[in-house]
Amino acid sequence: MTEENAGGVAKRFLYVNRRAPYGTIYALESLEVVLIGAAFEQDVSLAFLGDGVYQLAKGQDTKALQAKNFSPTFRALEDYDVTKLYVEKEALEARGLTAADLVVPVEVVDAARMAEIMEAQDVILSF
Amino acid sequence: MKLGILVNEGPYTHQASDSAYQFVKAALAKGHEVCRVFFYHDGVNNGTRLTVPPQDDRNIVKRWSELAAEHKLDLVVCIAAAQRRGLMDKAEAKRHGKDADNLAPGFRISGLGQLIEAGIEADRMVVFGD
Repeated sequence: MTEENAGGVAKRFLYVNRRAPYGTIYALESLEVVLIGAAFEQDVSLAFLGDGVYQLAKGQDTKALQAKNFSPTFRALEDYDVTKLYVEKEALEARGLTAADLVVPVEVVDAARMAEIMEAQDVILSF
Repeated sequence: MKLGILVNEGPYTHQASDSAYQFVKAALAKGHEVCRVFFYHDGVNNGTRLTVPPQDDRNIVKRWSELAAEHKLDLVVCIAAAQRRGLMDKAEAKRHGKDADNLAPGFRISGLGQLIEAGIEADRMVVFGD
């Protein structure tokens, strides 16, 4: 536990999203943790790596899957004071995406910078 | 050191629950404290008392229950993930009008807040999954 936390100051939580939004339930259930966690007034960041960047892609249509399109929920994160969203530059580029293709404003960072962001955290929950 | 544990995969299909169990056992043997083991995603299936594995195999659910009894471990199954997957205690079964409950001894069902709380309280949060 950090010294700050002993004084009641928030811990740094990073949620790492590594998977595509559909096909498995990890992305949806990760977002559920983020929403619940927001009530705890911690210092929250989200990272999107690999196929995880697809979670933020605009224009998702899940009708044929009969699954809920939860991408609009990312736009609500701001209301929960969750505003630090980091997206891996290499992952975006490898998939032919840019920040303009995403449903929310994000900070695009390269893998080396992402490693530094991770290094600075107290708790990393990886999904 | 005070440890929080997150188990994200179900028993037998995936190594995660076995690894978490061995890690917790080793940590306790070394004198560390495990403040909570939280089961999420298919990890909630580690908490069903209805598993009947072959006799020559390990009994993963029973092993968790026994470890919990021995060390007063707090084994928490996420309620939202459990509801999706058909895990429930007596109170939940009653609430949803189901004719059976299946939570194994030593486990309890609670909310995701318990995971965040473990992250806040623990010196280290260790995640077991894919």
